[in-house]
Amino acid sequence: MTRATAKPGHPVRGLPRAFKPSLAVLALLPMAWLLGQALLGGLGPNPQETLIRDLGNWTIRLLVLVLLVTPLRLALAWPALVQVRRMLGLFVFAYATLHLLAYGVFDQGANLVKVWVDVWQRPFIAVGMAAWVLLLVLALTSPATVVRRLGAARWRRVHRCVYAVAALGVLHFFWMRAGKLDFGEVWLWGGLLAALLLLRVPMCRKRLQAFGSWRVQRAAAIK
Amino acid sequence: MKRRLTREHVLRHQGQSLLQQVTPEPVWQQRRLLLAAMGASMAAGVLPRRAQAASLAALPGQRSTVPGAITMQAPTAEQDVIGYNNFYEFGTSKSDPARLAGAMATRPWTVRVEGLVAKPRTFDIDDLLRLAPMEERIYRFRCVEAWSMVVPWVGYALSHLLQAVQPLGSAKYVSFITHTDPKTMPGLRGSSLQWPYTEGLRMDEAMHPLTLLTFGLYGKVLPNQNGAPLRLIVPWKYGFKSGKSLVTIRVTETQPVTAWNQAAPEEYGFYSNVNPQVAHPRWSQASERPLGGGLFASRVPTQMFNGYAEQVAGLYAGMDLRQYF
Repeated sequence: MTRATAKPGHPVRGLPRAFKPSLAVLALLPMAWLLGQALLGGLGPNPQETLIRDLGNWTIRLLVLVLLVTPLRLALAWPALVQVRRMLGLFVFAYATLHLLAYGVFDQGANLVKVWVDVWQRPFIAVGMAAWVLLLVLALTSPATVVRRLGAARWRRVHRCVYAVAALGVLHFFWMRAGKLDFGEVWLWGGLLAALLLLRVPMCRKRLQAFGSWRVQRAAAIK
Repeated sequence: MKRRLTREHVLRHQGQSLLQQVTPEPVWQQRRLLLAAMGASMAAGVLPRRAQAASLAALPGQRSTVPGAITMQAPTAEQDVIGYNNFYEFGTSKSDPARLAGAMATRPWTVRVEGLVAKPRTFDIDDLLRLAPMEERIYRFRCVEAWSMVVPWVGYALSHLLQAVQPLGSAKYVSFITHTDPKTMPGLRGSSLQWPYTEGLRMDEAMHPLTLLTFGLYGKVLPNQNGAPLRLIVPWKYGFKSGKSLVTIRVTETQPVTAWNQAAPEEYGFYSNVNPQVAHPRWSQASERPLGGGLFASRVPTQMFNGYAEQVAGLYAGMDLRQYF
């Protein structure tokens, strides 16, 4: 990863020491909760469905969180925030993997033939699978050594795949809910992700950056 | 037949009479209500995720002798039956109905039976409860979402009610219309189904002895989330065909427009018979997940007409069930 460097005149603000570990603990809590409920039989009458859906929900929530890092970093003029991005990204991958495993094991009885048939019968499963494959690529290219070998420019291009993951994830969610005509949450998470992608358009990105510098300058002036 | 009194019966009986001797009736009745309410609220505090069935009145039924009416499978746990429901008027989550349906008033309640009948009539719920002897029937229940349960329902064949109003010769379909009340049903604002929820059957399906006008489950009156005070149960069709909390039953000559068919005609047909060979456009119907089996229970194969083929296949003789899904 690139080291956070401040522009001249900007104070360098590191992350508080407990910031990253606390974030990791918070991201682990839902997993721990679901595991506990699964062991205690607290997942309700249809535990497979609860487990699969909750893991999917947490995947999309963490995806929103990881995509929030860059806009927040710019708007707060706080480059050090980038240090939590990889960790959050790996949590997205972890939840997506558990979501997929829960589906494969508990819904399809760990039968790969059944999974294969299901992928072709239900396009929303195929879309979810595609998103997971992209996440796998991102996870595999996340260690520092791989980043170095790829070179920053190529690494960045590969990791733009996360935008496709967001789009596929929302489509997967939308299609899943289409049967119930129940799109409230789809709009919520889809809208948030769309807004976060929009903030990456060069024009919006520049505005965010300008806002960040303005805040820093104002803070300096007040001092 | 002589009833054998158990020790428990005797004790309960003595306890009650003792209580009645020393305390005026309104006072002990009130105390009992208070105790029951305290018990319910304590249980609710301790077990927030468990649906409550504490205060429902008993509604016993004679074990049905209708062929196919008693499955040999073990009934699903009562708390799963009354805690995992689709009742979109109260929200789309499975736990919404148990949480919110308590606000629906089920007394007074009337059911209008109208349309192509010789004697249209508005029935009071108490008249309906007395119209025919209550039977207990243990049916498989298969949701279109590929989960299933086994439920001991209490009710009588819908044909008793239809015979009472005498359908005319031109009558070909029956539709079932669910109660709609924006004040107590928050789900009416959310989903894009057309309200009131309307379902329908062909007349011969409606008259079939397995088609049950249902007033209770597990020996008690229906909890609100299961469609109190009366609902339909058509055991060989996907669950959504069995309308809940009915207020109108209408006999017509033309096929009625039904809620899910209207919302997504390519996904939900008018017939919606349980059929493992006809997949839903987005998932297979070949297997189902029985509720209550725990995390490691596997799916089981779905049966044609939900296992009621012997009784109902004749209704569809000569029909292409892929076309009329």
